[in-house]
Amino acid sequence: MTGNYLSSPRGLKSWLITVDHKRIGLMYLFSVLFAFLLGGIFAMLIRIELLKPGHNIMSADTYNRVFTLHGAIMIFLFIIPSIPASLGNFVLPLMLGAKDVAFPRLNLASYYIYVAGALFAIAAMVTGAVDTGWTFYTPYSTTTNGSVGLMTFAVFVLGFSSIFTGINFIATIHKLRAPGMGWFRMPLFAWGIYATAIIQVLATPVIGITLLLIIMERVFSVGIFNPQLGGDPILFQHFFWFYSHPAVYIMILPGMAIISEVIPCFSRKTIFGYKAIAYSSIAIAGVSFLVWGHHMFVSGQSQLANAIFSFLTFLVAIPSGVKVFNWIATMYRGSISLEAPMLYAISFLLLFAIGGLTGLFLGALATDVHLHDTYFVVAHFHFVMMGGTVMAFLSGLHYWWPKMFGRMYSEKWARVSAALIFVGFNVTFLSQFVLGSRGMPRRYYSYLDQFQPLHVFSTVGSWVLGLGFLIMAVYLWASLRRPMDAPANPWGATGLEWQTPSPPPEHNFENAPSVTRGPYDYSSPEPTSAEVEA
Amino acid sequence: MNAWIRSVLMPVQGTAYAARVDHLYLFLIYVSAFFFLLVAGLTGYFVIRYRRRGPSDRTPNLTHHQGLEAAWTLIPLALVIFIFFWGFHSYMDIAVSPADALEIQVTAKKWVWQFEYPNGVRTVNELHVPLGKPVKLVMTSEDVIHGFFVPSFRIKQDVVPNTYTQLWFEATVPGVHQLECTQYCGQGHSGMLANIYVDDEKKYNEWLATGGDAGKNMPLSQFGAMLYASRGCRTCHSLDGTRGQGPSFKGIWGHPVKLSDGKSVMVDENYVRESILLPQAKIVASFEPIMPTFQGMLREREIQALVEFVKAQK
Repeated sequence: MTGNYLSSPRGLKSWLITVDHKRIGLMYLFSVLFAFLLGGIFAMLIRIELLKPGHNIMSADTYNRVFTLHGAIMIFLFIIPSIPASLGNFVLPLMLGAKDVAFPRLNLASYYIYVAGALFAIAAMVTGAVDTGWTFYTPYSTTTNGSVGLMTFAVFVLGFSSIFTGINFIATIHKLRAPGMGWFRMPLFAWGIYATAIIQVLATPVIGITLLLIIMERVFSVGIFNPQLGGDPILFQHFFWFYSHPAVYIMILPGMAIISEVIPCFSRKTIFGYKAIAYSSIAIAGVSFLVWGHHMFVSGQSQLANAIFSFLTFLVAIPSGVKVFNWIATMYRGSISLEAPMLYAISFLLLFAIGGLTGLFLGALATDVHLHDTYFVVAHFHFVMMGGTVMAFLSGLHYWWPKMFGRMYSEKWARVSAALIFVGFNVTFLSQFVLGSRGMPRRYYSYLDQFQPLHVFSTVGSWVLGLGFLIMAVYLWASLRRPMDAPANPWGATGLEWQTPSPPPEHNFENAPSVTRGPYDYSSPEPTSAEVEA
Repeated sequence: MNAWIRSVLMPVQGTAYAARVDHLYLFLIYVSAFFFLLVAGLTGYFVIRYRRRGPSDRTPNLTHHQGLEAAWTLIPLALVIFIFFWGFHSYMDIAVSPADALEIQVTAKKWVWQFEYPNGVRTVNELHVPLGKPVKLVMTSEDVIHGFFVPSFRIKQDVVPNTYTQLWFEATVPGVHQLECTQYCGQGHSGMLANIYVDDEKKYNEWLATGGDAGKNMPLSQFGAMLYASRGCRTCHSLDGTRGQGPSFKGIWGHPVKLSDGKSVMVDENYVRESILLPQAKIVASFEPIMPTFQGMLREREIQALVEFVKAQK
């Protein structure tokens, strides 16, 4: 086991200037986990403040800053880079049988740009905070005090990190697949990452430009969005959602990609409907550019636009539904075992189903008008993003953890933590569907007395959720202190990443792999598929 | 069953339109429940039925099935198109207001709602409408975007500066309905609430004729207390010394207060009056100049009542 990527070369400097995708992936992983911790602490503070109406632990001003930071950190520093930049970076070249990504230096540049963006965001927090909400709606954002300029600049910078990762993955998938790995022998994870990368490259520049326009308006008083300067505030919403709607697919597609790996492995069965899943990722990426207007049904945009956007929004339901049915069909007549990655994959299926189905309420015009800007939307969004993406991220994290660190974690505690997270999540957010339906608006510091019982319920759920994550932090940390004894392929999986030792050597494979079979060849007599040529 | 679900999940149906929205809402609840149970049921069943029995388990190589895949593409497609048309059809009800609707002008600003009636009557945070008559709101904002939301009417519309947006409704349930701001607008966002009073036509007309002078027979300080709550003062000014967006009223009367320009001023009748009508004239030190003016929105007696109310906060 000498010469794995963790131990050679040695020294801090070798990490800081590394161009190894695995090390960059790990640095991203610890960065996004830190962002998740920070965003999570803000979330707990929000829930405590909402235990009863009026002032509990913070003023209205502080509350507005805390919920803004929770959203901005979770979206821009955690969930957008989470799966592609950390797990994707680590796993994608291994899965393709490549030595590294196509542009290793660009990959490192992407990480440092991420760090720079994060530092700008922290500077914005320290130098006066931001109280605009993560959506930065104008004219509020161009007239309020605080460090909005710095925060929007941070997001602008972070966008480049995302674009660089996207470019890198597109090139890697096109050019660095192992001999014999045609497009339809690629693992579905690669398809999902590919679809994500397309959105990252095409949509992210739009928010970059939009946020620069905000900075121009604030600094040079150029009237673009602020009506007092002759601008149009609704224009900002169009620009913002033109990026930010596709961005939710930047967040969910990689999650779906992980589920497509984990379910066949733990069902020990060929994936059902490979092509349908692959094409549905591309379909989601395509349609995602055409639905932004559903965030603006009550903004004052024309009724015709509302009708068109409502219709297009419903079309997204189809490829998402296709995936869910294919995953379930994959389990049919499988050999299912419930280790931690699979538990999270099943949590994903159930929670994402709720997240997707409640999207029907918000896509339909008549019901959306009532539910818009209420806790129903908050709950829907958290079901898709946390119930969907975060559950998938945890599934992938537990799935590839032995590969990344060469160590197994405590399966028993992983199950306890998965159960607590599932229960805590549902208590926290199911109650918010009811709150929203009954008319509780979002971003409220205080609320009418009638809403209190459900708020208490939700807050208690957040404590269970927090406990689940605390346990996870402990057992994952503990696993790193154990000897490196993980086998190359602990789950009996077929992907190329499992054909190399855990943790992999510096250049991934001892011998360049080539591929002669499909990616999910679990159902054949020999459980290993990809043959490693001597 | 339906009525029970509705009563748990939804507020009162204050308009006929609300009932139509709830219809679709309930339908979607059933659709969601069906598909969720399908997903959860199959997942649960497969996990138990096909649990791993040993390392030598063999599984069939089922790669695809055209009929099944076509079914779970086309059936949901038909279903969502149906839901789209239903949602669109109901939505058209509130898209165009009837020609004979009573028109009320709405102006939103941080953090109050102002209403102006055709006969010139103006109110703050208090909207009176006749029962069973269509009412059309023509809305604009003086600062940032606000959101006009009445849960029991199932209607919502953003209120945008430099633009007029519209909304209409026909209330069918008398009594008080809650208006809430739904577009985040800063410190006082969650306090930007107002009441909608739905009265039969006779009572409404009486109210309109007297110009909404509800406090006619009340003593001044009691009338002031009412205005303090209804005109939005309490969103920013506390009575117990808590620091809000504006200074608390507790114990300020008859004492000098330090201003942002370094001078100080005695809190007396003239200072309070000036602060209501020209709030930017004198700003208390460490506070922001964010209070909207109430010039032209309060009658003389209402200003007197508020002055008396502040005076009473020992």
